[in-house]
Amino acid sequence: MTATKLNLKDRYRLLTRDLDWEYSYQNRKDVFPMEEFEGIKITDWSKWEDPFRLTMDAYWKYQAEKEKKLYAIFDAFAQNNGQQNVKDARYVNAIKLFLTGVSPLEYQAYNGFAHVGRQFGGVGARVACQMQSLDELRHVQTQIHAMSHYNKHFDGFQDFAHMHDRVWYLSVPKSFFDDARSAGPFEFMVAIGFSFEYVLTNLLFVPFMSGAAYNGDMATVTFGFSAQSDEARHMTLGLEIIKFLLEQHPDNVPIVQRWINKWFWRGTRMLALVSMMMDYMLPNRVMSWKEAWEVYFEEAGGALFKDLARYGIEMPAYAGTAIAEKEHLSHQTWSIFYNYTHAAAFHTWMPDEREMDWLSEKYPNTFDKYYRPRFEHWREMERAGERFYNPTLPMLCQTCQIPMGFTEMNDPTLVSYRQSVYKGERFNFCSDGCKDIFDHEPEKYVQSWLPVHQIYQGNCGGADVETVLKDYYKMNLGVDNMDYRGSPDEQRWKQWHNLQSAEDKLKKAS
Amino acid sequence: MTVAAITDDYSGERLDQVENFHGNQVVYVGWDRHLMFCSPIAFATPPATLFATLLDEMLPGAYAQHPEFKEVNWAEAIWHLNGEAFTPDRNKTLEEQGIDHKSILRITTPGLDGIKGSGT
Repeated sequence: MTATKLNLKDRYRLLTRDLDWEYSYQNRKDVFPMEEFEGIKITDWSKWEDPFRLTMDAYWKYQAEKEKKLYAIFDAFAQNNGQQNVKDARYVNAIKLFLTGVSPLEYQAYNGFAHVGRQFGGVGARVACQMQSLDELRHVQTQIHAMSHYNKHFDGFQDFAHMHDRVWYLSVPKSFFDDARSAGPFEFMVAIGFSFEYVLTNLLFVPFMSGAAYNGDMATVTFGFSAQSDEARHMTLGLEIIKFLLEQHPDNVPIVQRWINKWFWRGTRMLALVSMMMDYMLPNRVMSWKEAWEVYFEEAGGALFKDLARYGIEMPAYAGTAIAEKEHLSHQTWSIFYNYTHAAAFHTWMPDEREMDWLSEKYPNTFDKYYRPRFEHWREMERAGERFYNPTLPMLCQTCQIPMGFTEMNDPTLVSYRQSVYKGERFNFCSDGCKDIFDHEPEKYVQSWLPVHQIYQGNCGGADVETVLKDYYKMNLGVDNMDYRGSPDEQRWKQWHNLQSAEDKLKKAS
Repeated sequence: MTVAAITDDYSGERLDQVENFHGNQVVYVGWDRHLMFCSPIAFATPPATLFATLLDEMLPGAYAQHPEFKEVNWAEAIWHLNGEAFTPDRNKTLEEQGIDHKSILRITTPGLDGIKGSGT
């Protein structure tokens, strides 16, 4: 008797492996033209272990159910004026950073996985990538919906996609993903599938989602839960691609190791943004950046690389520098944004006394020695009515595109400078990691679109910074940018909660 | 191999060649142990800029907010150009003393180590 209904396993096999066919009149290399140029050798695609084990009909059903719950909560959040229940309006700046810096990466990931989901010769890998591509598209949509409510009540959200393509600090995450997407399909998978989604994802999503939970942001927390099961699948895919590549051919090992070195370093540089978010932007702290780094990279990543040692894979090349930087990263990054807040679409501020004490406690080796004097000086300037803004444009790293605010780890008072000369032109970097990435593929990184240089070349709509900010970045000056203290965001927050500053009280009393 | 590409002869467009800066060149300046200014500064200025202009106009515009700036004894300042020891001549142009496009000038001011000696 023929079964009327296939079981899940059979359906899955029919959907993936059995949908493929042999090419009888086309050359296989013409069908998959990108499979060989990176030097990766695949001997048997059938060894690919399908990590998702989901069929399309099950996928739609499952995601639709999650979506229903998610949007019900968004509605409730909006109807109950959920924006008023966050801990403090300063918190909202963390999700401005998320919407402008991270959500567009979900869209880039959707593009990237759709692309490689066409390029692999193995049907199992193609289907897995196409599924992840759909997840990423869903993530960008739900994130935009989750945060759109804040756009009605706070500044700086209005042009996030436009800003992502233009604003100086957003060129950091944008160029990270552009780099991955313009690489070959296997490098993309090691970059995004493994290094980003597997090794570093807990340092990106967990801080933002726990930060949301600790600070009363129900909309973002709910999105986080809704994405969680997807992220678990993505991590499985990331690990599968690494094991598959390493098992296919020993010649793949050094290539994969170099990609891991590169993408670990690029990832940690991008996470500088998360580090300052955790230590400075959350009114209710979850844990320090240093603690998060120790749990999620040193412990979890350490165990992972121990496991990969049997393939001949070692810890990423610059892990030592990155570990030393955990003591400094957030403070140096916050300093960069404090310097250039007049050119940012979110607010910064100096930590108050209680927050400074928390930083001293969490960073006993570095905060009081290097950073407290700096911050106290800035606070004095602010109290004297001269809040410090850096009047110049910063030097940027050619590779990561972050202002050169990172220091030598053997002397944290000195900026770390590295330089290469290529075809008679100087190129400058913030670190050995960024320099080595350039030196290996200079023809790629000579194309870096460095926002400061672009302004100086006249490509950003004006010669003076104000015109660039207003017309090219589409920032509302005096509203989206500048210090939190005195911002329209702060004024509205105080109105909602009937808070008055001591200054206002005095004015009214007199 | 200077890039992993699907075509053998791939070359990238160099976006920051000096020709693209309309007569200017980029010069980076960093004042060691004064991280109140979070990173070195990027100036765009003609190669024929006198070093005196850099010292007397451009640096004060950038650094005057620092309480130690007015205490700098320029006769004692130690300079590095792209990592090499360097003695600037205030009456020569940038170009004449080898400060070319995307060069880094580092200034060390002995005795001035930032606010409370913190490197700020």
